[in-house]
Amino acid sequence: MNARNQLKLFLVEAGGMARFTGNFFTQVFKPRYETAELLRQCFRVGYHSLPLIGITGFIMGLVLTMQLRPSMIEYGVESQIPAILSIALVREVSPVITALIFAGKIGSSMGAELGSMRVTEQIDAMEVSGTNPFKFLVVTRVLAATLMLPILVLLNDVISLYGAYVGVNITGHTSVQLFIMQVLDNVSFSDLIPAVVKTFFFGFAVGIVGCYKGYFSKKGTEGVGVSANSAVVVASLLVFIIDLIAVQITDLLGFN
Amino acid sequence: MEPVLQHKEVVLDVSNLCKSFGNNHVLRNFSLRVLKGENVVVVGKSGSGKSVLIKCIIGLMMADSGTVILLGKDVSLISVNELDKIRARVGFLFQSNALYDSMTVRENLLFPLRRHWLKRESTDEESLVREALANVGLEHTLDMMPAELSGGMRKRIALARTLILKPQLILYDEPTTGLDPITSREIIALMNTISKKYNAASVIISHDMNCIKMAADRVVMLIDGRCYAEGNYESLKKHDDAKVAAFFEGE
Repeated sequence: MNARNQLKLFLVEAGGMARFTGNFFTQVFKPRYETAELLRQCFRVGYHSLPLIGITGFIMGLVLTMQLRPSMIEYGVESQIPAILSIALVREVSPVITALIFAGKIGSSMGAELGSMRVTEQIDAMEVSGTNPFKFLVVTRVLAATLMLPILVLLNDVISLYGAYVGVNITGHTSVQLFIMQVLDNVSFSDLIPAVVKTFFFGFAVGIVGCYKGYFSKKGTEGVGVSANSAVVVASLLVFIIDLIAVQITDLLGFN
Repeated sequence: MEPVLQHKEVVLDVSNLCKSFGNNHVLRNFSLRVLKGENVVVVGKSGSGKSVLIKCIIGLMMADSGTVILLGKDVSLISVNELDKIRARVGFLFQSNALYDSMTVRENLLFPLRRHWLKRESTDEESLVREALANVGLEHTLDMMPAELSGGMRKRIALARTLILKPQLILYDEPTTGLDPITSREIIALMNTISKKYNAASVIISHDMNCIKMAADRVVMLIDGRCYAEGNYESLKKHDDAKVAAFFEGE
């Protein structure tokens, strides 16, 4: 495929996704509201992701501490490990890693689920049943992803900091009180708020991409596989792009 | 057409329907009229546009030209809300059954009742679900998931879902595809029973000879996007046109 065709495909895809996003905003405020389905999706998206987010957060904090320790000892600033780690985890590592795991777990499941619903005519059946499938399936899932990811990131912040505390105590000894004090002394709301705000956008991107890929899945089992796969790839890429934009904005607003 | 049906109410009137996908002209001025209580089977080769026709009828696809008058309303001219109200009186049995995998049988059957104007009207949803399941003889599956059911049972549950609102017209998209001959015959017998019970008209898309023989009051042959021939099973079987005869070869 030549570059011109690839560019054309990219533009068609980008246009389709922009229209899909526009449709989301027109549908989200219109009654009837699918509250029960939204809560069910929040439970699926949020609660079912907890074990994975918890385990990865703990390992991330622990490993980062152990990797950082030799260099810190070399510079004689071992006592600053909690301070440095808390800034790194809260501002960047935890939101981005959580969003990437979320894209892998939730983005792919949305792509596969809606894709198989499309292939097996379940989406058509909903339309025939007088239920707006876009509102029932897409709006609820995108909202659930947007609302749940920030909560998961906050939990991941806490769990990864606990992992860091365990890491610090493997070779040295730091009391819980001292560790918490060092973290709180160094992390301010100007670190936490931009980090949380950008995770709403991460969640929205994962939800929109997962639903878009599934909703317009091509027929056949291969189509479902492609939807799930491309949902993860595009959502992960978007997480980094949004992160890049977010850091520029926080810089402009003086949060850095 | 049987004379007795002539004075009955028209539930579906399709006229001069055209639908193309690029250069592929699937439907070319196709016309069809279905009367109340009548079972019409539309037959044709795979890819001849039968499923496109049925999707144009229910408004899942918009035709390029022509009109579809469904229960007295032109589906291309009415609002989405009005179309939904018409759809509440029309059942649609999908080829793949289209049961919602993440819901139990009960939730699947309750799904068409979610429409708010129906909620106000219907007094007891549970009794509607039980009646629909009793019609297909699967009352015991109420709390089962679709994945736990056999192919024939899934078809029956899908049929129960189309019946829950007691439709005046039922559209069947290949109702016996993928089923063994015995189950196929059971499903066709069930379709006939249901049509009689609710005095519902049916449009059945099929190329199953058993289905044509057992269910059809009238058979319409869709060839080259047009209504090529129509009549009852016996008259079409004796038809001397080569394309029609080819379809009934071996019967």
